[in-house]
Amino acid sequence: MDDADTDAQPLRILIADDSESDRLILKTMVRRQGHDVMTAADGVEAVESFRSFKPQIVLLDVMMPGMDGMEAARHIKALAGEELVPIIFLTSLSDADALARCLEAGGDDFLSKPYNRVIIEAKINAFNRMRLMHGTLSRQRDLIRDRNEQLVKEQTIARRVFDNIAHTGCLDAPNIRYHASPLSVFNGDVLFACPRPSGGMNILIGDFTGHGLPAAIGAMPVAEIFYGMTSKGFLIGDILREINQKLWRILPTDMFCCAAFLELDFHLGNLTFWNGGLPGGFLMRHNHGPLRMPSRHLPLGVVSGDRFSAEVDTAKIEEGDTVLFVTDGVPEATNAMGEMFGEARLADVLETRAEDETPLEAVLAAIRTFTGSEEIRDDLTLVSVDVVASNVLEELPLRVTQSALSGPSRWTCEYEVSGETLSHFNPLPLLLHICMEVPGLRRRSGEIYTILSELYTNALEHGVLELPSSWKSSPEGFGRYYAERERRLRSADREDAVRFRLEHETGDKGGVLKVYCSDSGSGFDYTDGGLSSLRQDGYAGRGLALLHQLCESLTHQGRGNEVEVVYRWTIDSREPPSLA
Amino acid sequence: MAIHTRRSEDGRTLIISIEGRFDFSSHQSFRDAYEHGDQEVSDYVIDMSDTTYLDSSALGMLLLLRDYAGGDAGRVRIENCNNDVRRILSISNFEQLFSIK
Repeated sequence: MDDADTDAQPLRILIADDSESDRLILKTMVRRQGHDVMTAADGVEAVESFRSFKPQIVLLDVMMPGMDGMEAARHIKALAGEELVPIIFLTSLSDADALARCLEAGGDDFLSKPYNRVIIEAKINAFNRMRLMHGTLSRQRDLIRDRNEQLVKEQTIARRVFDNIAHTGCLDAPNIRYHASPLSVFNGDVLFACPRPSGGMNILIGDFTGHGLPAAIGAMPVAEIFYGMTSKGFLIGDILREINQKLWRILPTDMFCCAAFLELDFHLGNLTFWNGGLPGGFLMRHNHGPLRMPSRHLPLGVVSGDRFSAEVDTAKIEEGDTVLFVTDGVPEATNAMGEMFGEARLADVLETRAEDETPLEAVLAAIRTFTGSEEIRDDLTLVSVDVVASNVLEELPLRVTQSALSGPSRWTCEYEVSGETLSHFNPLPLLLHICMEVPGLRRRSGEIYTILSELYTNALEHGVLELPSSWKSSPEGFGRYYAERERRLRSADREDAVRFRLEHETGDKGGVLKVYCSDSGSGFDYTDGGLSSLRQDGYAGRGLALLHQLCESLTHQGRGNEVEVVYRWTIDSREPPSLA
Repeated sequence: MAIHTRRSEDGRTLIISIEGRFDFSSHQSFRDAYEHGDQEVSDYVIDMSDTTYLDSSALGMLLLLRDYAGGDAGRVRIENCNNDVRRILSISNFEQLFSIK
């Protein structure tokens, strides 16, 4: 609306009546009230005048020659469009049907002949108020519509930014199944999956308190930390501590993220998990009974770093096992009677599902049946991960941060971790980072990480801590192994140490990386006889075999506590020519 | 949903009772219930005898109250939870932050 109306302003009023005397009487009365008046003698003229004069209120005789009042009213209402132009019929009719037809034609009220000055004034004022209110509402509606359009546009942009950060992971890996709303970021659920440089994958499923953009804002740093740190080889505890610290710092008190973190190592057959505030997850093992993964921790972002617990649990996994996690939308799915799906029903569905049905399909089908709705509500997220042979996922792209700078080609680096530092610091991301500065090595971060981590794990667990790996052959022993590892790490003393020396040299078509790793442990007999007997009972068997496979050479020295590997790499034809 | 407050006899404990669903719609009235600026109050009790359900935004509100009551030093007790409420509090491990009876 162009004119800013107020109650007191004179109005433009159109009077249409074929009786000249009636027209004159009415015109005089309305003019005396201070309004501008235009008159018309029939319907056609009334419509014409409406176009040119743009009246704000129309007084219209019902019966006129040519085009009658009702016909004119229809035209006028059509011309007025969204603007409210009240039409008051002038009539001497009194039969109800005729009056009703007037209103159907678009009229708003009647004025009976003969005219009463007081009533005319009151009706004009009343309809003017209605007209003004309609104008205000229309303006507000337009404003809300505009704002909403802008909000939707902003959300679309936010979503695009979020997708760039969050969906570069490996959710499309063949062993992952999930259900997440296409708009899940805006209802607070997050689901990330990222391959680990040493093989296997990390999964984070979470549920932020609150909805909309605030939840998305919290989700972005979580995605960035999760992908960044996973790709660089950090372990679950470090990543969780970092995410918690970040959320605790940036989110208001009443916002936090209930989440579960899964670290799956298919090569070693290890599952490491942490659950803070999500319903208990399931590890479905085909050789043993199911294992629950209940929430044992506060959600992420609730307490500061010094109170946060990143203590994890471990379990043995084998090919054919499946891990399943859901957000609380699943147990809270409600049926027509207001009853909730619940965790007991969830466990039951998983246990009794048909052989050929995947756990995820079974749960989704059960929720559909239970809620009696074909549509799954948006605010629930499910993910299942099948344990597969470690080579199945070799093709997954790693997401090591690419730097625009090119790094050194010839260098040596020595690094030692000792004493209590061994218990809470993981040197692998740092060592991997140094190697990744060599442009040609970036594509091989997986292999490099595996070499470093096998050497470090052997040195730490079997060398320094003297843990027998034979324990790991049974699920019970596996638990004991990791509990004992924790215990021995805590009592590590000053003399305990693991030392690395890395040497790298670049040639024309590649380079050579030598990694030398020694530990303070008592070592073992690595002469032929000793080594083969150790291999038979599984001592460091798989780790050493893997190192032999990846490296040109592997030699033990000292009393068996010093290892040197030589890793030779050539420039891959797939790789763009190095600018270094 | 309705929220009622009363004081213990010595005036030092504020008892907040929550009736029905405790969710985002009670945000303002829950805050009004404890933000009274009264120095006398040192202890807070959330009485959940008549609370049927609570969602994650209610957990957030409990954290706000905890901060208001003095964070780690604050004295906030949650009492008389039904099984559903109890389950949500324990999944979130809120017993590490509140005394829950």
